Amino acid sequence: MKKILMTGNEAIAEGALQAGCRFYAGYPITPQNELIAYMARHMIEAGGVFIQAESELAAINMVFGASAAGARAMTSSSSPGVSLKQEGISYLAGAELPAVIVNIMRAGPGLGNIWPAQSDYFQATRGGGNGEYRTIVLAPSSVNEAYNLVQDAFDLADKYRIPVMFLGDGILGQMMEPVLAHSQRLSACSRVNQLPAKEWALTGCKGRNPNLAASFRLAEGVLEKHNMHLQQKYNEIRSNEQNYEGLFLDDAQVILVAYGTMSRIAKGAVNRLREKGIKAGLIRPVALWPFPVNAFTQNKKLKIRYLVIEMSYGQMVEDVRLAVNGAWPVDFLGRSGGGVPTEDEIIKRVLF
Amino acid sequence: MKKIFSRPESLRDVPTHYCPGCGHGIAHRLLAQAVDDLGIREKVIGVAPVGCAVVAYDYWNFDCCEAAHGRALAVATAIKRVRPENIVFTYQGDGDLAAIGTNETIHTANRGENLTVIFINNAIYGMTGGQMAPTTLLGQKTATSPRGRNADSEGYPLKISELLAQLPAVKYIERVSLHSPQEVLKAQRAIKQAFQNQIENKGFSLVEILSPCPTYWGMSPDQAVEWVKETMSKEFPLGRIK
Repeated sequence: MKKILMTGNEAIAEGALQAGCRFYAGYPITPQNELIAYMARHMIEAGGVFIQAESELAAINMVFGASAAGARAMTSSSSPGVSLKQEGISYLAGAELPAVIVNIMRAGPGLGNIWPAQSDYFQATRGGGNGEYRTIVLAPSSVNEAYNLVQDAFDLADKYRIPVMFLGDGILGQMMEPVLAHSQRLSACSRVNQLPAKEWALTGCKGRNPNLAASFRLAEGVLEKHNMHLQQKYNEIRSNEQNYEGLFLDDAQVILVAYGTMSRIAKGAVNRLREKGIKAGLIRPVALWPFPVNAFTQNKKLKIRYLVIEMSYGQMVEDVRLAVNGAWPVDFLGRSGGGVPTEDEIIKRVLF
Repeated sequence: MKKIFSRPESLRDVPTHYCPGCGHGIAHRLLAQAVDDLGIREKVIGVAPVGCAVVAYDYWNFDCCEAAHGRALAVATAIKRVRPENIVFTYQGDGDLAAIGTNETIHTANRGENLTVIFINNAIYGMTGGQMAPTTLLGQKTATSPRGRNADSEGYPLKISELLAQLPAVKYIERVSLHSPQEVLKAQRAIKQAFQNQIENKGFSLVEILSPCPTYWGMSPDQAVEWVKETMSKEFPLGRIK
């Protein structure tokens, strides 16, 4: 391992290559351009395929084809571009094809601007495309975590045959931090070989019956049966894959809840509040779906107040309220359109 | 007695859902025959469209992939890049290839992807009930051009094959028809050629097939075949385009 200084965008790209991602298609959009450029430079030397697609639609559908053909495949974009990918994500979910989709969020709605935001939480966690489906959603809070977590994203995608959304924001994508990275790129097989072979992949039907990758299920009852299977899979993921970081949860009476970049500012606020003698704590969801509801069901003896902080006008707060289910008050502080809540604003709200 | 003619192995022995007189059944068989003749059934990966041929994979006996409406060539591009040793084709209608998927069509051709494209032009949207297609003829009445296609408001029939022929990376384009046994044999040769080109790594090959749709043209199967011969093939001239 060695320490490398890189942007979040580059760390996600390098982490993906380390995970055995051997197909990437993307389309330029700020603030994720370092990611597509990194893939253009390094995918071929890793023995994979890089394509600058003609559109976001083409890119996500290329990922569909690459995944159907058995490759670990990824695309990346930023908010308006991810909106364009939603149809393809719905098809991936319906056809049960694994894929990783990176969204380095910028402010909206519409073209919005290129400042950081967390306003695509609903789109990512509720499924922005048609039909009822779920995607696993992971949200790193540092460049080093992004490098490692994206590797988990590929494993989860393959394990459950599901698209995984990887959610960062413009700050995380652009910011440079040290990454403890593998000094050599591992062979694509080293991780993939630990997983079951993709017997469903399209490889040509030599020695077996033909395979089909499709989401279309026209005959009566067939789609309902398939959707029940998807729901069972989603319930399994809800049980197995909750992922969060807790800070001072044993004695905290004011628990801040924040993810991604926002959680680092919240962590600073927690430390300053502790210096003032206030028993503050932090829940940082690492997985946004499945939402880590278990983090909110601990320690029922203490009187607790939650404060959810987001770079949005209140999206994850709905999941916190569902998890808390009225047991404790849940307050909210958020800014969007490029605004980022500061430590001072958080502390002021807690002390108010 | 020696058997000299039979169903290709690449075509399953099942009834299709296509209407009487529809060209898809013939086109499916020609494609399956070409795959058998070239001995590539175990290497082929087909990409089915959204449109009347959405479940073509129920009829073909080899690996297949679905594509969202218009995105068949993006899907096929990736499959072929990931598995260059396989033979990859798309089978698309006029709405899929020349309306909602025009961007993918032009850019896949412009990259010179080593793919085979079977393009079914029947001048109408069949699956959704007979609406105007980009290839609908001037004056042709459809559900969404009830007074006949008018150039002033709906533009002209889109000759996507001639457009694609301008691109330097495109290797082979031929327009064929299914209106007579003689033309069907020419279509068979063209489809085989388009696969042969891919086997030889020559690049992007497309066969446009003029195909009858009696149901939504409001004709008998005989009249539909005659219309392809006398009217449609005047607007879309047959033969090698590139």
